Amino acid sequence: MSITGLFLISFLIVHLLGNLQLLDLSVEGQEKFNVYAKFMTTFPLIKIVSYVLYFSILFHAIDGIALARQNRAARPERYKSWKPNTNSIWASRNMGLLGVIILAFIIMHMSQFWYTMHWGPIGTDAQGNKDLASVVITTYQDGTAGMIFVLLYVISMAAIAFHLWHGFASAFQTFGLNHKRYTPFIKKLGYGFSVVVPLLYAIIPVYILMAKN
Amino acid sequence: MILDSKIPEGPLERKWQNHKANIRLVNPANKRNIDVIVVGTGLAGASAAASLGEMGYNVKAFCFQDSPRRAHSIAAQGGINAAKNYQNDGDSVYRLFYDTIKGGDYRSREANVYRLAEVSANIIDQAVAQGVPFAREYGGNLDNRSFGGVQVSRTFYAKGQTGQQLLLGAYSALSRQIAKGKVKMYNRHEMLDIVMVDDKARGIIARNLVTGEIQRHGAHAVVLASGGYGNVFFLSTNAMGSNGSAAWKAHKKGAHFANPCFTQIHPTCIPVSGDHQSKLTLMSESLRNDGRIWVPKDRKDAEAIRAGKLKPTDLPEEKRDYYLERRYPSFGNLVPRDVASRAAKERCDEGYGVNATGEAVYLDFADAIMRYGRTEANVQGIDNPSEEKIKELGTKVVEAKYGNLFAMYEKIVDDNPYQTPMMIYPAVHYTMGGIWVDYNLMTSVPGLFALGEANFSDHGANRLGASALMQGLADGYFVIPYTIGEYLADEIRTGEIDTNHEAFEASEKEVRETIDKLLNTEGNGKSVDYYHKQLGRIMWDKCGMARNAQGLQEAIKDIEALRKEFWQNVRVPGGANEMNPELDKAMRVADFMELGQLMCMDALEREESCGGHFREEFQTEEGEALRRDEEFAFVSAWKYNGDPGKAELIKEDLVFENVELKTRSYK
Amino acid sequence: MDLKLKIWRQANQNSKGELKDYNIKNVSADSSFLEMMDQLNEELIEKGEDPVVFDHDCREGICGMCSLHINGEPHGPENATTTCQLHMRKFKDGDTIFIEPWRARAFPVVKDLSVDRGAFDRIIQSGGYVSVNTSGNTLDANALPVPKADADEAFNAATCIGCGACVAACPNASAMLFVSAKVSQLSLLPQGKVEAKDRVLNMVNQMDLEGFGNCSNVGACAEECPKEISLENIARMNREYLGASLASSK
Repeated sequence: MSITGLFLISFLIVHLLGNLQLLDLSVEGQEKFNVYAKFMTTFPLIKIVSYVLYFSILFHAIDGIALARQNRAARPERYKSWKPNTNSIWASRNMGLLGVIILAFIIMHMSQFWYTMHWGPIGTDAQGNKDLASVVITTYQDGTAGMIFVLLYVISMAAIAFHLWHGFASAFQTFGLNHKRYTPFIKKLGYGFSVVVPLLYAIIPVYILMAKN
Repeated sequence: MILDSKIPEGPLERKWQNHKANIRLVNPANKRNIDVIVVGTGLAGASAAASLGEMGYNVKAFCFQDSPRRAHSIAAQGGINAAKNYQNDGDSVYRLFYDTIKGGDYRSREANVYRLAEVSANIIDQAVAQGVPFAREYGGNLDNRSFGGVQVSRTFYAKGQTGQQLLLGAYSALSRQIAKGKVKMYNRHEMLDIVMVDDKARGIIARNLVTGEIQRHGAHAVVLASGGYGNVFFLSTNAMGSNGSAAWKAHKKGAHFANPCFTQIHPTCIPVSGDHQSKLTLMSESLRNDGRIWVPKDRKDAEAIRAGKLKPTDLPEEKRDYYLERRYPSFGNLVPRDVASRAAKERCDEGYGVNATGEAVYLDFADAIMRYGRTEANVQGIDNPSEEKIKELGTKVVEAKYGNLFAMYEKIVDDNPYQTPMMIYPAVHYTMGGIWVDYNLMTSVPGLFALGEANFSDHGANRLGASALMQGLADGYFVIPYTIGEYLADEIRTGEIDTNHEAFEASEKEVRETIDKLLNTEGNGKSVDYYHKQLGRIMWDKCGMARNAQGLQEAIKDIEALRKEFWQNVRVPGGANEMNPELDKAMRVADFMELGQLMCMDALEREESCGGHFREEFQTEEGEALRRDEEFAFVSAWKYNGDPGKAELIKEDLVFENVELKTRSYK
Repeated sequence: MDLKLKIWRQANQNSKGELKDYNIKNVSADSSFLEMMDQLNEELIEKGEDPVVFDHDCREGICGMCSLHINGEPHGPENATTTCQLHMRKFKDGDTIFIEPWRARAFPVVKDLSVDRGAFDRIIQSGGYVSVNTSGNTLDANALPVPKADADEAFNAATCIGCGACVAACPNASAMLFVSAKVSQLSLLPQGKVEAKDRVLNMVNQMDLEGFGNCSNVGACAEECPKEISLENIARMNREYLGASLASSK
């Protein structure tokens, strides 16, 4: 979980840097984004990395489900009175639930953009590149549906935030890295990361929606 | 009848070496055919079971707890003595031997104590090799502290949890043998009888405390390491389950019980707070280094304090009686355990006690806080510090030294000991008496051995601090592995013990009858604890810190009556074939009653005061203990004759060739 | 004070249990939680009812025998305190108190509130020791100096009392804190380093066989531990395990 988790964290950064280009909604900006999208889907090294990424997501999800099942089985009879908030935070105990939300989001997200980019009906921009930017903008500006997609996106980012709030530092602990000097820093970094990164992601569709008029 | 202690010939310092060199051995092939039962898994039992398993014997170990790691050795706080002389302060095997003999008020065997001192150093080596995390100095070497009654620093420790760490070390060695299959562990099992075949111990009857199943276990030798019997008093610092039943069952099968009246009463325990009290908690003796013990001078003030109308902090200095400093100016608050305990009792009996029950004295740190505060202010270069500042600085120093103890006190009593004096009172802590054993630790029953607190061997009439852990491990790791061979060498042709033998049949029947009897009394509604508390009250009042002939005679009568009533009326719920802690308790209390009676008889017989045994008739003009070496320099070994009241006293004379008998004085 | 108790009653491992209601009156605020239980049992015996079975022994917070999940928390509401050291003054007159056993597949209920923690013993048997015979013919205790910091750290890990509160508190019923405390103690000391690799592999393997859940770093164990064993021990064990797995030839 920790290896794939840390890899997925690194992916979040790369993906965010690409996405932030969408904040430039001018024609040039959209074209630049489309060039980037083409590069990301065709450059061989990136392709290899993307397969690692698909594998990581699947492994992280399947392993997570398997562990959650084992963990449930480890306590067949539940407590009648259970006050876990006195000893742990909600996110730590609900990584499975958060993971399921995130997985659902990933499926939706990939079917909306990744699938369309590869196989779906998609136009081309002035430079002749597949016009992914327009697909994105249309998705989030498309009336009520667009608003719902934006809302789902924001909720999912909140789920990712909570997932990271626990997951970031937890990955280091699993690797055996717990040190009086470094761990407080890792924890702070993790908390910062889990707030800032999902927030920046969430800003993009909201911004696109707001830019409609 | 004469008891043969089998002390080897030769000079004191050569006895053990010579004995080891000449002792009979069992060859490895034969060890595989010999079974040994070990009852109890504290320091002595776990270390013995592990060692015997390693040597190749087939061991069965029994404990009543859910794991061997929980035995009450775990609660020992202070440390373990060893004559390592790492501090180069003049310690030696002889000095440890001498301190132990003297501390025991000259009522222990020279040869046994010398052997204990001799093997003490090995214990530390062994424990360190096992990964016991003793306290260390910055250079990486082991640290030592000093303890009451001695002039050297020879106590090894692991914070306030030395017993825990040593027990977990022994438990790990035991676990290793369990994994290897050399020791079979029976958790939640209680030994209910020793089985004798042809006058030898050949096994035990045990009860599975979860299912109630009665089991027969045969063996070529039985080793008892079942601890002490302090819970005769109901309230003690012992664990709730600590009991004397294994020892008592052995006694009834022919093992003599030695010095049963020698009980150690520890002066610094948290007082009883009410009828709900189930056990007492020890506060480390180290507190007496800085605390001053006092009660009000005026009985009226004591009454006002008891009624909650007066606070101790409001009582001016001149109205306080620092009675230890008054009576023992040269040792003051640091007199030995027995002296401090008796002095507290004397004041409380006179009506000066300070808590609601009238059985508590103050242990006051106010002076220490101010003293340390002033020193600290000097160190920090603060000129003319205010009272407040001094108090603040001093509190910090005291907190650094005793913080964990103060926190524990506050948790139990809900009083802040930095602001208001702590209340303490003596409580039963350890029993020096136990099953009589010879030099080989064999009881008067062939094939039956006793180790650790369960035997009587090393502490005489009073045990020194940090010596209980030492004895338990010495017996288990380094003595029994050798001495058991002397007996088992004759057993190599015996073959497996047949548990269908009629002796097993008879023992099992007896056990079943006892259980039936307890479950089928007339049952007037009084629980086991009720009787246990009654017994405890009798013992505490009449066979506690101070005893006299009249009280003891009364106690014997009272206990006999209580026993009768118990067997008629005790109410034990539940059945025999299930988990039934009330039944377990009932059987233990039944034995405590008989043992309590024997303790009183022993205390009555011993017409002198020594160590933990104080007979009011035998004191000096100043009220100090009066030992009578001419008449009483012997071990009282009691032989069972069908009823504790009919026990026969056999004397083992104590011969002192290497030390001179002196009177202790702390004035 | 008067209290309402909701206590788990279960005849044996195979029967079904349930919460039963009891009322208890005149409980002294100075009594410990277990003394309150004693009082209840006295009353039940007097009424001819079956007393409640619970594990306890030293009653001074060191033997690890007492358990009890009190009002949703192992060892009750007070931090760094075992049930036997918890006092009734922490409760209020009229309170309702839930009392349940440790719940974990690896800790089957024996009766009522008593559970079988034999799994912990078996984990220690799988490697929680230094393989040295008890002959006494070992090195002198000071032959190998141990840095004070390491000795202190090992001691802190070694203060584990094996009560099982970590398992009881963990939402996954994981035993990582218990196992890692022993692995840490021995891997920090030179005496334990010799067989450190086999030890961690064997102990973790046994832990998994016993049916405990997995560690997901929730941290409830360390919060509820009466001896305040640190999560650093789990990290250390993870490190040891990773290293040992990579180096293992098996």
